[in-house]
Amino acid sequence: MNDPVIAGAAYCLAHVPDLVAWGSKPRREIALDAGFEPRLRAQLRTFAEAVAYPPNQTFIGNSSPEVLGDIDRPWYETRQLDASSSGPFGEIVGQDLFYAGLAKANVLEPPLVELSDAAGDDLQAMLDAHPTFSTLCGDWSSAPERRLRSELAGGDVIGLFTDSEMRGVVRPDRRAEGRDDANLDAITLLEALCSKTSGALAVARLLQQTGLAAKQVDYLISCGEEAAGDRYQRGGGGMAKAIGELTGCVNASGMDVKNFCAAPASALVAAAALVKSGVYQRVIVVGGGSLAKLGMKSQAFLSQGIPVLDDCLGAMAFLVTANDGVSPVLRLGPGAVGRARIGASTSDEAIYRQLILEPLASLGLTMNDVDRYAPELHNPEIMEHAGSGDVAHKNYRMIAATAVRAGLIKKTDMAGFTNRVGMTGFAPTQGHIPSGVPYIGHAVAAMARGELSRVMFLCKASLFLNRMTELYDGVSFLLESQEK
Amino acid sequence: MTNKTAEAKVLEGKKVAVFGERDDVAGLAVRNCVTAAGGEVVYETTSCFV
Repeated sequence: MNDPVIAGAAYCLAHVPDLVAWGSKPRREIALDAGFEPRLRAQLRTFAEAVAYPPNQTFIGNSSPEVLGDIDRPWYETRQLDASSSGPFGEIVGQDLFYAGLAKANVLEPPLVELSDAAGDDLQAMLDAHPTFSTLCGDWSSAPERRLRSELAGGDVIGLFTDSEMRGVVRPDRRAEGRDDANLDAITLLEALCSKTSGALAVARLLQQTGLAAKQVDYLISCGEEAAGDRYQRGGGGMAKAIGELTGCVNASGMDVKNFCAAPASALVAAAALVKSGVYQRVIVVGGGSLAKLGMKSQAFLSQGIPVLDDCLGAMAFLVTANDGVSPVLRLGPGAVGRARIGASTSDEAIYRQLILEPLASLGLTMNDVDRYAPELHNPEIMEHAGSGDVAHKNYRMIAATAVRAGLIKKTDMAGFTNRVGMTGFAPTQGHIPSGVPYIGHAVAAMARGELSRVMFLCKASLFLNRMTELYDGVSFLLESQEK
Repeated sequence: MTNKTAEAKVLEGKKVAVFGERDDVAGLAVRNCVTAAGGEVVYETTSCFV
């Protein structure tokens, strides 16, 4: 088989409790009711609690979706004594280390991010001492806290705090060309900087795990959701190369792929096609985290008196290379990649037929030849408390119904089928992050152990959120062990 | 009219607002059921809660 492989997968979480108030939903709630913010702060988790949270341990590979599914809920009350901030697939970083990364992510003068003199040295020393993230490239700057607090009082600057101690500020673009541009205000730039910085953490971790030198990377594709750009090209792109610059990928170029939550799958398929065609040899797909989605479900958590569980930025990175004879293969070829056609019906039956049955048929396979299906893998504890139900389970119900319609299983075996091919959701509710691909790390490991042979990834995208179409998109692809 | 047809038209004369969900029952599926049951869909949306 000559198709490319996924030679590595890395996942990082940044626990940033003091940034939750800057998520889209909390910001709007605070604007309506100033009392929302102290209630929110009272229910934020500590770093130790976020690390010990079973879904987070699953995300970085210290646990598996199967083990997670056997843990009684509520998971937020579970104390995993062996929990670690580092796992085989990635790491959970604390807020101060993340702030140090944010400061390095700045490239402007006057700086978009400036640390306080009192905190700057300690934060950067923490970053410099880190075995993985000390590789981030770039300068940082600091200023007296008194001056930063004075600027903060001006109203257009965001303060970076840990508890009540100031660490620095995030500014709008103060240059003449940034004036009066809502795309370059402090919150919009902080959203982009959070995506860039968290994405860089995932790339740095991927490079460490795979042993690939940064200068060996040929190309990066960003699948993050942030729309970086100014008034003339809102969402113009450039995030992939910005992340590559921060991680020292000096010989790489890059581009951004936008496709809402299905962008990771679209980007992986594009990366594999670039490798198979011989255009590039080593391509990294990276997705940084979404500040806007922090605290998206916080209103529900506050009303129910439970911790705010959507308090982490998620990030991920994947290395796609030519077939190395070891790593799992991403199947390409005519018809092998599932797509939702523009002219086809958007009924559930049509979508799942296009995403599952048609690509499998093109490869001479049926649904029973797939060991696991990885659809939207949102953490159900977050979604159910918010009244949105178990998203992964809903997707498995449709996948099982597709198998019934295909005549592969009986309707009475839907639950059994789901148990055989499904898993418990474990990913943070960060839009594109949970879309099937959090399972790639687990799939690669299980295939190396000989426990799995074939996994199908199914990603959906709510294109209608752009108000340009009523369509939604779907992308699917197969990952196979070398034995297949 | 058969009993089956009569049952199928239980929404005749009714105006219906349809709220679908991307990861559950989509608005289009509900619309098709409502229309088949004789109802008139006056509003339809499919939301994304993720």
